[in-house]
Parts: sequence; structure tokens; C-alpha cells
Amino acid sequence: MSERVAVRKTYKLFIGGKFPRSESGRSYLVQSSNVSLASRKDARDAVVAARAAVKGWAGATAYNRGQILYRAAEMLEGRREQFVALGVPGDEVDAAVDRWVWYAGWADKLAQVYGGANPVAGPYFNISAPEPTGVVAVVAPERPALLGLVSVIAPAIVSGNTVVVAASPSEPLAAVTLAEVLATSDLPGGVVNILTGAITETAPALAAHMDVNAIDLSGVTDTSLATDLEVRAAENLKRVLRPAPADHDWSVDPGLARMTALLETKTVWHPKGV
Amino acid sequence: MFEYAPAPESRSVVDLKPSYGLFIDGTFVDPTDGGSFKSINPASEEVLAEIAEAGAQDVERAVRAARKAYDKVWGPMSGRDRAKYLYRIARLIQERSRELAVLESLDNGKPIRESRDVDLPLVAAHFFYYAGWADKLSHAGFGPNPRPIGVAAQVIPWNFPLLMLAWKIAPALAAGNTVVLKPAETTPLTALLFAEICQQADLPAGVVNIVTGAGDTGRALVEHTGVDKVAFTGSTEVGRAIARSVAGTSKKLTLELGGKAANIVFDDAPIDQAVEGIVNGIFFNQGHVCCAGSRLLVQENVADRVLESLKRRMAQLRVGDPLDKNTDVGAINSAAQLERIRELSDAGSAEGAERWSPPCELPERGFWFAPTIFTGVTQAHRIAREEIFGPVLSVLTFRTPAEAVEKANNTPYGLSAGIWTDKGSRILWMADRLRAGVVWANTFNKFDPTSPFGGYKESGYGREGGRHGLEGYLNV
Amino acid sequence: MTATTTSARSELSELGRSETALRTFLHGLPGVDQVGAEQRAAQLGTRSIKTTAKAQAIDLAIRMVDLTTLEGADTPGKVRALAAKALRPDPADPSCPHVGAVCVYPAMVPYVAEVLRGSAVHLASVATAFPSGQAPLEIKLADTRAAVAAGADEIDMVINRGAFLAGRYKEVYDEIVATKEASGDAHLKVILETGELATYDNVRRASWLAMLAGGDFIKTSTGKVPVAATLPVTLVMLEAVRDFRAATGRQVGVKPAGGIKTTKDAIKYLVMVNETVGPDWLDPDWFRFGASSLLNDLLMQRTKLTTGTYSGPDYFTLD
Repeated sequence: MSERVAVRKTYKLFIGGKFPRSESGRSYLVQSSNVSLASRKDARDAVVAARAAVKGWAGATAYNRGQILYRAAEMLEGRREQFVALGVPGDEVDAAVDRWVWYAGWADKLAQVYGGANPVAGPYFNISAPEPTGVVAVVAPERPALLGLVSVIAPAIVSGNTVVVAASPSEPLAAVTLAEVLATSDLPGGVVNILTGAITETAPALAAHMDVNAIDLSGVTDTSLATDLEVRAAENLKRVLRPAPADHDWSVDPGLARMTALLETKTVWHPKGV
Repeated sequence: MFEYAPAPESRSVVDLKPSYGLFIDGTFVDPTDGGSFKSINPASEEVLAEIAEAGAQDVERAVRAARKAYDKVWGPMSGRDRAKYLYRIARLIQERSRELAVLESLDNGKPIRESRDVDLPLVAAHFFYYAGWADKLSHAGFGPNPRPIGVAAQVIPWNFPLLMLAWKIAPALAAGNTVVLKPAETTPLTALLFAEICQQADLPAGVVNIVTGAGDTGRALVEHTGVDKVAFTGSTEVGRAIARSVAGTSKKLTLELGGKAANIVFDDAPIDQAVEGIVNGIFFNQGHVCCAGSRLLVQENVADRVLESLKRRMAQLRVGDPLDKNTDVGAINSAAQLERIRELSDAGSAEGAERWSPPCELPERGFWFAPTIFTGVTQAHRIAREEIFGPVLSVLTFRTPAEAVEKANNTPYGLSAGIWTDKGSRILWMADRLRAGVVWANTFNKFDPTSPFGGYKESGYGREGGRHGLEGYLNV
Repeated sequence: MTATTTSARSELSELGRSETALRTFLHGLPGVDQVGAEQRAAQLGTRSIKTTAKAQAIDLAIRMVDLTTLEGADTPGKVRALAAKALRPDPADPSCPHVGAVCVYPAMVPYVAEVLRGSAVHLASVATAFPSGQAPLEIKLADTRAAVAAGADEIDMVINRGAFLAGRYKEVYDEIVATKEASGDAHLKVILETGELATYDNVRRASWLAMLAGGDFIKTSTGKVPVAATLPVTLVMLEAVRDFRAATGRQVGVKPAGGIKTTKDAIKYLVMVNETVGPDWLDPDWFRFGASSLLNDLLMQRTKLTTGTYSGPDYFTLD
């Protein structure tokens, strides 16, 4: 009897809840697989999908968003071995699961911690509450490919933002596999969009895109590229999260900063009278 | 007829010097590589004083003084003691508020009623508010021991000269930073009087430095490598340039930029208060307000009635001498700004909108623009899209709440918005959907030191005021 | 009057026929935001009225005073003295104008009428079981007729606040209509007692109700409850008469009463009239102050303006 011939997986992009190939038809060989090489057009398509998802995702209840992030943790836990098979250390998968759980709990607490009533000197009800900024472009850390990726996606989407992520070019398989996790977590299509390929190709398009509200440069290691992206981002005054230091430890408690950097504060006034 | 006799506030409460130097390291000094310029009274075009213009070397001196003060004095000082200096400054501002108010009206052109009743009380309140934070930073929600950033470069506009100074300096100092501030070239005088107040308060030398000058001075300041934080309030164009210039650096940046706010009036609004709110929204401070309600969106079924009331109310506005206590609308701040308002208003007429102003006699000298509304405006008109920064209101209509939201949000700006309706659930529905940093419901243009202020989208980022206002000055 | 206002007027006159129509109309009036209205009133209060404008305002205010005494202890002697003062507020200065009216209880009307006969000073009388209004309608109407018969040419009636707050608008309306009829040629001032109405929304509705029913003036207060006239209440009433004239063409006067004691206060009211309804109302026929001690303060300020020195209470008659 001959051995069974394995069915190999095609690693594709994740845009609008679907798994398309790059519209350019290109792929590149990495981690012994052919992975889609996203084009600027793919980046633009991803922004369109992310924008379309904003209304529903930002409008969902915080409770609902928390449930979905927790569901992502559950699904990731269930696929632990799949990630290990891709070369992701088991400890890192565990940490990534825990990170989803940690951020899931923030969904319905952030507004209480980061917003509140302001005691203005007059007969007014005055309250500040955080809101998502909208579409966030993210350059994910090169590595750790899974924990780094989860650590930049979760804080962006927990508050209601949608993201277009440029995944680690050298270790993209974890990203595409995470997309499969998200696709089965009740996360609405378009909330997370993942592009694989060259940062130098997708990131400038995202940084210059006028319908993107913020950019997270965490994974950019080339300082001149980082500067170029920040200059492009200035065109529509995107909120910018600058690159993480090269020695950044992704396993430590991330604090609030990644969430708050992608929030707007809205303050509402109303008179108090009879 | 009941004619109000002139009721001029006394100019003599202000002791103007013929010329002013730069305030660096606790003393007034002459510029080393700069020149000088004149600050004029926009209501009369008379020269008020000769002002030093800081060159690159002067900026260098100021940044160095701020660094030294940060390293040696202000950084190591306890929060409790920083608070005491800020409280002192707040008190001195209250004590000298009449003098400051008159000077503000002289230099800026705004009515004394506003500088006296709005600007100055808010300036003092801002210093009081942030003084109280200085020794409580570990309870502000930014971790157990948040650190200051260092030297802050602050560039402020001419529309609320002293209030913008307070919004910048008070939180910066409370958090433990030192500052170099550049006031606008047309309105430097109250900042220079504030420098005297810092001296009177015995504030350690170098904690506050004030460099006067125009765009070149501002650029030299924000691009200086010795600066750790940049805070700017002004036009979106300049904000964009600053955002580019800090790219690739570690400078923390907050920007408070332009706006084109929608003031939305529903058919069930408290009409008389809504009309007051519309007037206050666009004619307060001659419309030189980044959060001005410059687009009136009125529900079509009450548009005629609201406009009739609005015109009747506008006819009561008293335009003229800023120092007259009964003046409602003062002088346009500069010839250049007047030119821009005229250019955009002419574009409004040329594009077919209908222009109306109440009959009003404008003084011969100085820079003046009558309160103006344009009706029949659509989203495609320039006057509905571009910030005019003057007493010019564009009126558009809508039919449904969803259409109002769509039109209100249809702009690259997102600083503020107004909603007028008696229906509570509609207010909350609208407030959720408006993409603006401040939403005033059944009121407009209200400010408070405890209330965060700042924009969405191209109106900038970061918040000033409240607990949120500390974040831009802490290393978090 | 335009054709539109004529037809609006006839439509509005139909409202009084049905409770439902009245309610629908009154509850359809735009709301009043308390904070906004009070801020507008306070802002108008910051106007600085000096020199010539102040002199003009003081004389106008004197002409607008309804010099009032409404005490159980009023006697013929007391009200005659008051009437004399109304005619010549400042005996030392013949250029000082007379006041608008004298306002007394119906029983005191005959004594005041003797003094005022032949003068331009009006004689107002509170009627309709002032100040509570809690008496049978026939008694209120008899009260009114008696006052008119004794010489009053202005009647200050009180509305039935109980009925108003209970939502029985037609009852209030009908009483005003009946009192107007009983007043004959005398002008009818309708006292809303705004301090008991509690909200500005109620003040606006009561103002419209009084005007729809035919009131010639709307007046804030009796002076007998803790909260009398205030600037914001008067602002809301001025807005109502302004809107009513725009709708119907008929002009209605406004009278704040109670609590207005100083020249400074009175000038704030005049500024408010000037900037809310305009010069048409800056006339004793259309705006009055219900007051007593106000007059002496106006006289003192008037003397100060003419002589340049501050006067004292000893130099003015106390009545």
C-alpha cells in the first residue's frame, strides 16, 4: 500500500472575511510555501473592506465585541497544534491565547477607565467617552510572528476599530492561519484584513491612503522607511504609533497605551434645567 | 429709540511699553539674530508696541534655558511645589484680570465683554485646575509614576491668545515639563504680560520661555532637536507640515487644528435658545474660533422660521469698538485674515449662494466684517467646505436625522458639532454618530478646564483640558 | 396686517372652543431651555448704560411704573398720597415725568380716582379675588365690574393657576374671556403668577393662553408669592408677545411685577425689551413695571445725573 499523498494548503490573503489570492496573481516562496504577494491594489481593497466593516463593528455592543475576542481565544486554543506544526513555539501560542483573553475583558471596561464625567463649572451634564478612530493600518512585528500579531490586532479592534495588517514578511504562515481562526470566531468580515508580502509595497500605500485613520508602525525596523511612512501619514493627519524598539518584549503586560493611541475622545455637553 | 451711549472700558489700566524683548531664562532679552516687528490694534491700525522677532539662535537659547531648568529645577521639584507656583500664577491672573482683558482686546480686536467674561475667567480656571494635578499625577490613570516628557515647544494662534497660552502652559508645567512658547505674531502682548506674571510669581528661570516671532520662529522651534514635545494649535495646513517635520523623531505631538462644525437644528428645538446658540456659535469672537458652528444645518420644515428669527437677532448685534462694553462683534484680527474672509465670501456669492447682513455701520479705520449669512448653500459650495474663520455662516437644510448626520460628517474636519432638539433619545442617537471631539447639545461654544477638547480626523489629535489633557505631557 | 396674519388670527381665535385644540396648540409651542434662557437674560444684564442713555432710560422707566400698594393695611389716606406722588414723583423738579399708573385693591379705587381725575396717569386695580384667584367666577367678575365702575381703566386679573397646572386650559381661557368682557373698555392685564408655574415652558404656554383669550397685557406676578418677576421669565414673555404679534398682528404688553427695586434692575429690563422686541414696546402703553420702592431709586439716580452728586432717601417722599 502506498502512503497517502497529503493535501497541501494554499496560503492566501484575508480580505473582507474572504480568502482571495492577490489580484496581481503573484506569490513568493517563504517557509517552504507559496504565499500571496499582496499588491497596492490589494491594500486598497482591504481598506475598502475595513471601512465597510466600521459601522457594524464600532456599533456593536462592547459586550458583543468582548465575546467575539474571547471566542478568538477559544478557537486559537483549539488550533494550538496547528501553530506548533508551523514552527510557532507552544509557549508563544499560549501567550497569544492569553492576550486575546486579556483584551477581550477590556471591551466593556475601557470606556469606564478612559472616559468619565467632567465636573464643569456650570449647569451642564458633561461626559467624555472614548470612540474608535476608524480604520487602522498596522505593520505587524516581524517576530514573534503570532504573539506580535495578536498584540497589535487585539488592542486595535477591541474598541471597535477595523484593521488592515501587513503581516510578518518572513513568517507569514502564522498570520494566514490566524486569519482562519478569526474567520471562525464570529468576527464580522472586514474587521481584520491580513496582507502578506512586502512591507515596502503595502505599507506606503496604506500610510498614504486618505481613508485610513491611524497607522501602527510597530513592525517597521528600517528607520528611513518609518520616517517615510510617518511623513505620508501626515497628509490626512493619521494618528501614528511609532515603531516598537528592536528589543521590545512582547510577552510583558502591554498596558493601555496600544488601545488608547487608537481612540478618539468625544465630549458631550447638555444643559441641566427644568 | 433707545440709543446706548458709548461705554468705553478704560485703556489706562494697561501700561504698555514701547518695545518688548524675548523672555528667556527668566529675563527679557534682546534678540541676537532676529529682528523686530510691530503689533497693531486691529480696530484702529495704531501701533501698540515694537516686538522682538526671535531668530534661530534665540530659539536655541530659549530651548537651552528650558532644558537647564528641566534638568536642574523643575524636573526634580516635587509636584506639591510645582502646584504652588501654578496656584500663584492663577491668583496673579485673577488679580490682574482687568489689565489682561483690556490688553487682549487691544491686541486682538475681540470685544471687552468677551475677554472680560470668557477669556480671562477661563485662563485663571485653567491654571487652578492643572495646579491641582501637579501632585496627583500618580492617580491620573497613567500608571503609578508617570514622568514628564522634557522640553515642550508650543505654538499658539491669535484667536484666544492668552487662553491658548493657558491651555498649553498649565498642563505642561503641572506634569513637570518646561516650555518654550511662541505666541502668534499679531497677538504677542498678553503672553509678554504673562511673562511678567511669571517673574512676579518667582517662577524659576527657564521654566517658561516666550519667543515672539512669525512662521520662521515657529518652525525653528518645533524643528529644534532639543525639543521633546510639540504642541500646536492653528491651521490644518501648518499642522500637517509639523506632523511631517516630527516624522522619524521621538517628539510627542499634539495638534488642535481647523474645523467646519455643523450646528444642527431640528424642528422641535427650543427655537429662541437655538437662535442664540447659532449666533454664539458663529459670531462669538468674530467667528475666529476653530470649533465655530460655521455650517448651520436646519431641518427644512422650520428653516424659514429659524432664519427669520436669526436675521432679527443678528440685527441686534453691535459691531464696533472692542473696548466698548456693549460691543458684541469686534474687529477682524488682521488685514490678511480680513482678506481671506472677503475672498471666501465673494466665492460664496459667485457660486450662487444668497448673502445677507444686517444693516450695520463699520468704522473707517481698522479691519471689519459685518456678520453675514449665506442661504441656499449646498455641500458643494466652497463656503460649506473651507474654514472661513470669520463671522460668516453657511446655511444648509436637511430632512431627516440620518441626512443631518451624513452632511455633518461630510468634511475632513471633526472638531465640534451642535444638536438642537427637545428629544433626549435623538440627542444621544446623533451624538453617537457625529464624528467630532466635542458635541454640544442644546448649547454651543462652552469650555471648561475639566472638559477635554480636541478633534477627530484632520482637526488634529490629542486632547486639551481635563484628565485627558495631561496625557500629551506625560511619557505614557 | 397682512392677509396671512388675518387668517392666522381667525384660526387662532377658534382654539378656545375646544380643550383638545387648546392643548394641542399650547403643547406644540417650541420648548424653552432653562439654561439657555437664563444665560441670554444674564448676558443682556451686562449691557453698560451710561450718561445720555441712562437719563433716557430713567425717565422712560418712571413713566412705566405702575405705582403699587396692595396691603391689607391700605387706607384712603395712604392711597391718596400714593396717587399724588404718581402725578408729581419729584415735587422739586417739574421736568420729572409722571408714572404710568397707580395700582390698588378695588376698594381703594374711588379714593385714587379722585386724585387722578383729569390726569394722564392710569388707574389700575387688581381684581378677580387677587392674589389667589380662588373664588367662584361670579364673585371674580363682580369684583372686576366694581373696580371698573369705581373708575379703574386697567384691570389686573390673576389666572387660575390650579386649573392651568391641572391641564384645564379651557377653564383658564374661559375665565380670561369672561373677565375681559366684564372689564369693558378697561385694559386687561393677565397675571400668570410665574413663580407658581415653575417652568419656562409653562410660562410660554400661559402667555399664549392669556393672549389668545384676549388679554391686553401679560404680567408676571402678584408680588404675593416668594418668586416674583425675573429677567428670564420676562424674556420668555417678551418672546411670546413678539411671536404672537408676528402671528396675529395684535400687540400685547408686558408687565414684570414684584422684586424690581433698583434703577440698575429697571435698566436691565429696558435693555431686554429693546433687544428682544424692539422700540415698539419701549412705551408705557406696552411695558410697565409693577413696583413701589423702585420709583424712589429712579428719582435718586435721576437727581444724581442732573446734579452730579449722590442723593439720599431723606430727600424723596416716602409714601
